[in-house]
Amino acid sequence: MARAAVPGRLTWRVGRLAEARAETPTARTLVLDVPGWPGHLPGQHVDVRLTADDGYSTQRSYSIAAPADGERVELTIQAVPEGEVSPYLTEVFSPGDPVEVRGPVGGWFVWRPAAMDPVLLVAGGSGIVPLMAMIRARRAAGSRVPFRLIYSVRTPGDVYYGDELRRRARDDAGLDVTFAYTREVPEGWPHPPRRIGVADVNTNGWPPALTPDCYVCGPTGFVEAVADILVALGHEPRRLRTERFGPTGG
Amino acid sequence: MGIVSPGFHGRPRASGVTLPPGQYLTEDFPVLSAGPTPRVPMDRWEFVITTETSREHRWTWADLMALPSDTPTVDIHCVTKWSKLGTSWQGVSLDTLMSDVDTAADYALVHSYGGYTTNLPLADLLDGQAWVAYRFDGEDLHPEHGGPARLLVPHLYFWKSAKWVRGIQLRFDDEPGFWETAGYHDYGDPWREQRYQGD
Repeated sequence: MARAAVPGRLTWRVGRLAEARAETPTARTLVLDVPGWPGHLPGQHVDVRLTADDGYSTQRSYSIAAPADGERVELTIQAVPEGEVSPYLTEVFSPGDPVEVRGPVGGWFVWRPAAMDPVLLVAGGSGIVPLMAMIRARRAAGSRVPFRLIYSVRTPGDVYYGDELRRRARDDAGLDVTFAYTREVPEGWPHPPRRIGVADVNTNGWPPALTPDCYVCGPTGFVEAVADILVALGHEPRRLRTERFGPTGG
Repeated sequence: MGIVSPGFHGRPRASGVTLPPGQYLTEDFPVLSAGPTPRVPMDRWEFVITTETSREHRWTWADLMALPSDTPTVDIHCVTKWSKLGTSWQGVSLDTLMSDVDTAADYALVHSYGGYTTNLPLADLLDGQAWVAYRFDGEDLHPEHGGPARLLVPHLYFWKSAKWVRGIQLRFDDEPGFWETAGYHDYGDPWREQRYQGD
C-alpha cells in the first residue's frame, strides 16, 4: 500500500468550546479553539481526553469535520445511547469549557487537495463526518477534482449538514450528492427505503476505468458491504480506503 | 492529572479491572481495517516465513491444521481505545512455526493478504507471546476479523496482530509497517501508552 508520512510527536493540548451547532436531535458539531493546533488533512481524527474532578479520565477518537482553519478544530459527535463520553459532549459540554485533544491522527484515510484523480465518497450515518471535511476542503482549496458523494442514512431526519450539502451540490462545480434512505424516505421519493446496493454504487459512483480514489466510512457492516461492492465492480482494492465505526464507541 | 472538564463524571469506576492508560472496556468486537476485506481461497492460502538469508519456510492450510495448536485466553487492546478482556482463540504458536527456522534476525515485518504490513521485534513473537490464530470464541475466524488466519500478539496494541496474515519476513533492521509509517508507534506497548510516534 502507499506510504503516508505523518511525522512528529503528538502532544495533548487544551481546547475550549467556541461554539456548538445541532446537526440532528442527537448529533452536535463542536467548534473547538485549540491554541498551538498544528493543522490537519481532511479525513484525519483527534483523540479527546476527558477528566472528571476525581481524576478519572477516559479517551475517545473523533473524526474532524472541517479542513484546517488556524486553531479551529470542528468535530461532529453522535450521542451514543448509554455512552460514557458522547452524551456529555452533545448535551453537557458548554462554550468556554475545556477539553484535552491531541492530533491530528491517521495518515491513510486522508484526501490531499493536490490529488488529481476523481473521488468517490460513500458515507453511512455518522460516517459522513470525515468525508464532509474532504468536501469542504475541496472547495476551500479551489480543487476542480470531480467528487461524488453517496450518503446513506436511516431517515431524512438523520442527515447531517443537509442544507449545506444541498447548497454545495448546487454551487460547488463538479460535486454530485446522492442520498440513500434505509428506513424512511422523504415525501415523493421514487422508491421505498432500501439498503445501498450494487446498482446504487454503479449508477452514482465512478467507473473503475477512471481510477477514482474511494473513501468509505460508516458502521462496520455498511463498510464491509460497500467495499465488497466496489471490489466486485472492479475497483482496485488499494485505491479503496475505509474507516469503520465499531458497534460501541460512546 | 489532566484538565478537568466541568460536569464530566464518567462511568462508575470498575473495581478489580485494570486497563492500560486511556483504554475503555468493550464487550463487542469492533473492527479496524484500512481497506476492503481480502477473500483468500483456502486452496491457495499459504503462510511463509522468510529469513534474512531469503530461505523460505512454507505452510499450506492443511500443514497449519496438522500442527499442534494452543487455545490462549488473552486481553486485547486496540489503539482506537477499546479493550476486550478474556478473549478465547485457537492457533499455532510462533514458537512451533519458528522451531526449524535458523535465523539471527532481530526484527520481523509481517505481511498480510491485501498488502497490509506491521513490524515488531522478533523477540515479541517468541516465548509463548504470539500465535497464528484461526479460531475465535469457538468459531472459525470471520474474514472481517482477519480470517482465515491472523497474527495474535496480545501484549502489543492490536494493529500489530495483523489480520489475513500471509507471512513474516525476518530482518536485521526494523522496517516500519503500514500504520507505523502513518504516524503510529514502532513498538506499541499499551501499558506504556505507545500509540503514536514519540509516545
